[in-house]
Amino acid sequence: MSEPILATHNLTKRFGALVATDDVSIDLRRGEIHAIIGPNGAGKSTLIKQICGGLRPDAGRVAFNGRDVSHQGTAERARAGLGRTFQISELAMEDSVLENAVLGAIGAEAGAWRFWRPALKTRALIDRAEAALDRVGLADQRHMRCADLSHGQRRQLEVAVALTLAPKAFVMDEPMAGLGADGSKTMTGFLESLRDEAPILLVEHDMDAVFALADRISVLVYGKIIATGTVDQIRASKEVRDAYLGDAA
Amino acid sequence: MRLSEPLVNTIVLAGLLAVPLYALVVDEPFTITLATRAAILALAAVGLNILLGIGGLVSFGHAVFFGIGGYAMGILAFHAQTYTTLDLAVFTTEGTKSMPVIWLVAMGLSAAIAFLIGLLSLRTSGVYFIMITLAFGQMFFYFAISWAQYGGEDGLSIYVRNGFPGLNTLVPIQFFGICFTILCITLFLKARLQASSFGLALNAARQTPARVETVGLNPTRLKLLAFVISGAITGLAGALFADLNRFVSPTMFSWQLSGELIVLIIIGGVGRLMGPVIGACIFVALEHFLGGLTEFWHVYLGIILLCIVLFGRGGVIGLLTGKVGAHV
Amino acid sequence: MSTILVIEQILNGLQFGVMLFLMAAGLTLIFGVMGLINLAHGSLYMVGAFAAAAVAGATGSFLLGLIAALAAAALAGALVELVVIRRIYNAPHLDQVLATFALILIFSEGTRWIFGSFPLFLDIPKALSGPVTLPGGIQYPLYRLTLIGIGLLIAIGLWALIERTRLGIQIRAGENDREMIAALGVDISKLYTFVFALGAALAGLAGALVGAIQSVQVGMGEPVLILAFVVIVIGGIGSIRGAFIGALLVGLTDTLGGVFLPEFFKLFMETGAAQKTGSALASMGIYVLMGLVLIWRPTGLFGARA
Repeated sequence: MSEPILATHNLTKRFGALVATDDVSIDLRRGEIHAIIGPNGAGKSTLIKQICGGLRPDAGRVAFNGRDVSHQGTAERARAGLGRTFQISELAMEDSVLENAVLGAIGAEAGAWRFWRPALKTRALIDRAEAALDRVGLADQRHMRCADLSHGQRRQLEVAVALTLAPKAFVMDEPMAGLGADGSKTMTGFLESLRDEAPILLVEHDMDAVFALADRISVLVYGKIIATGTVDQIRASKEVRDAYLGDAA
Repeated sequence: MRLSEPLVNTIVLAGLLAVPLYALVVDEPFTITLATRAAILALAAVGLNILLGIGGLVSFGHAVFFGIGGYAMGILAFHAQTYTTLDLAVFTTEGTKSMPVIWLVAMGLSAAIAFLIGLLSLRTSGVYFIMITLAFGQMFFYFAISWAQYGGEDGLSIYVRNGFPGLNTLVPIQFFGICFTILCITLFLKARLQASSFGLALNAARQTPARVETVGLNPTRLKLLAFVISGAITGLAGALFADLNRFVSPTMFSWQLSGELIVLIIIGGVGRLMGPVIGACIFVALEHFLGGLTEFWHVYLGIILLCIVLFGRGGVIGLLTGKVGAHV
Repeated sequence: MSTILVIEQILNGLQFGVMLFLMAAGLTLIFGVMGLINLAHGSLYMVGAFAAAAVAGATGSFLLGLIAALAAAALAGALVELVVIRRIYNAPHLDQVLATFALILIFSEGTRWIFGSFPLFLDIPKALSGPVTLPGGIQYPLYRLTLIGIGLLIAIGLWALIERTRLGIQIRAGENDREMIAALGVDISKLYTFVFALGAALAGLAGALVGAIQSVQVGMGEPVLILAFVVIVIGGIGSIRGAFIGALLVGLTDTLGGVFLPEFFKLFMETGAAQKTGSALASMGIYVLMGLVLIWRPTGLFGARA
């Protein structure tokens, strides 16, 4: 097995007396979907922020694509190829679907220091944006205002914007959140198809999706990883059932 | 009646051009001066609108740049008219009476100061940003007051309007032509800027900075550059304003002026290309007509403003085109 | 430079600082509890000063003037809150800025309409006029000393109100969780009106007290308002303690800078130039202070909000 594309080493973050992330070491290998589950307040969001660059850990480090990125900001990590989606959609609501995707294309192509040519008339940007919209099935909605999209469509657009960057790894924060049963199914199928393109670190509450998608699962409870293993191993783990599945059931 | 926005835009510019031309025919030079004033205030507000409308940053200290532009003109022209030397340690200059040179200096200085103020202010956001920009405005205001060499509280008078190659700037309609042309060029450039990659990214940085970061762009740098461009344009307007009045004083730095620039944009419509132009025309008209009726016309301005905030989002352009404007 | 002068200037700085605190405390409370940026706070300062000057002028009683200042400012504050402010609590900051800017225009020009453009004068009460001798033989105006005392008393009172009373608990709860306090059955709109009126009354009191050592005129509120902004940016928005420390820092920096910077430059410049450079730099002193604090701590000394 080759070296993991993304790994955390002994990440620790405290907020006062609360240990939000407690010595967390996880990794994401090429070609896999690695799900992180855990009850509410387990510290999943805090962990994601440290991986993606919004929050600096008190101790430990983050390695991405063979390099230590612990001291890089969010934008730098994104440029290095870390694609992220948010739990609550972070989209420019007043802008069109296409404009949102073009924003990603701007980040991926020449950057924002272009002042003359209209972005929406720049072939390279449009092509890249439309390709991504095509993949998530939003091509027909490209001229709609983002605010007029349904919740499910916004989740798709979230993924499309990340796709424009052609990332080397995805970090997805609850892509199924708020989707109905059908929506979850569609998204699950779509993430499955993404696996070959780039591995996914998937934080998710929807257990059906997790069990359907994940190659490996890590269970985070009170900031600590209490178990990592295959779906079957996790299902069989008594520790996990006590700590998490037990009180969820 | 609902009009399309481009049509409204054309009508506004045509109107701003027609009024002084008509005034020229019927020989009312004061009306030309009013139109010039409107064009210059519009230019200053177009500058602010890049920051406010696209970037969503409420700078309550934009008078700083208006003042810097004004003093750049005042100081250069003062040395030229008194035949004294301005010693800047690295080099000395005799000052100048040439508008293009003054404009470049005004824009360069404003951009540099905007960079510094932006660097500090953008460490914060929201209410902090508003208060800090306001405070910086006040800092320059008091500095200008204590700067005795250039008139202190009384300001500086320039006896003859500065010159522009090939034109007689003392003729009101010619000076109006200069200001109007600059306004049109700036509007065109602003429209290009807004549609460019930079504009799109800045617009997104206002709505969702976290997203902008995760596509690998730095929202703070986008906003900082917007601050610099915005400051430079408002600085240019300041230089023209000083030339219009042939006078600069610390009031060009005052917080009231910063507030009025925001008001111009709001009256017209936030984030609209022509919002500041319509706002400036209405403002100057109100100032002239209400100011002629009563000494206390600011009371009415206050009431109008309250009504716009409480009941009418989108400003005048919003009313005319029936579209809800950008939100900040 | 004598010790006496230094102590005198420190006292002046303290006096300026505690008056700024009265302004900043209201601003920071209103922002902390209601999330509102209130530019019209300076107008309430002016209202207090005018009410005091008018009533003291008519009755000859400074105390009645102070009561009038408190009442007029609190009333104006409550009225403004009921008519305008409560509609914009959840509005974007830009709307709040504009609406309260509009209020400034209305208040300022309205006051000019009623009282005219000439400044009014408010005399220091007889009992408090003249100097008092402090330990060490320092002569210091009794009135200014009284201002320091009043400012400190109010600071303690505010602290007690917020930390020790039921109402204080509600105010603190309002800062943290609006739904929670509404769920507890507290009438939140009454609470807001009260907090706004309280802030207004403090501003009005400051206006009246300072009005006796400066002239009472239209536009007197805004420079103080902007200084109060500097104070709460330094102290951290929403923090009363931050407002207190920030106010003293600003008061001392401004007063001491104005006196000592020119002296400092005289050490290595000729007198005229030193005077000019010193006073120009002194006028920028508090903004430099603000900039330094921001570089160090972007949310102010005691600010929690990111």
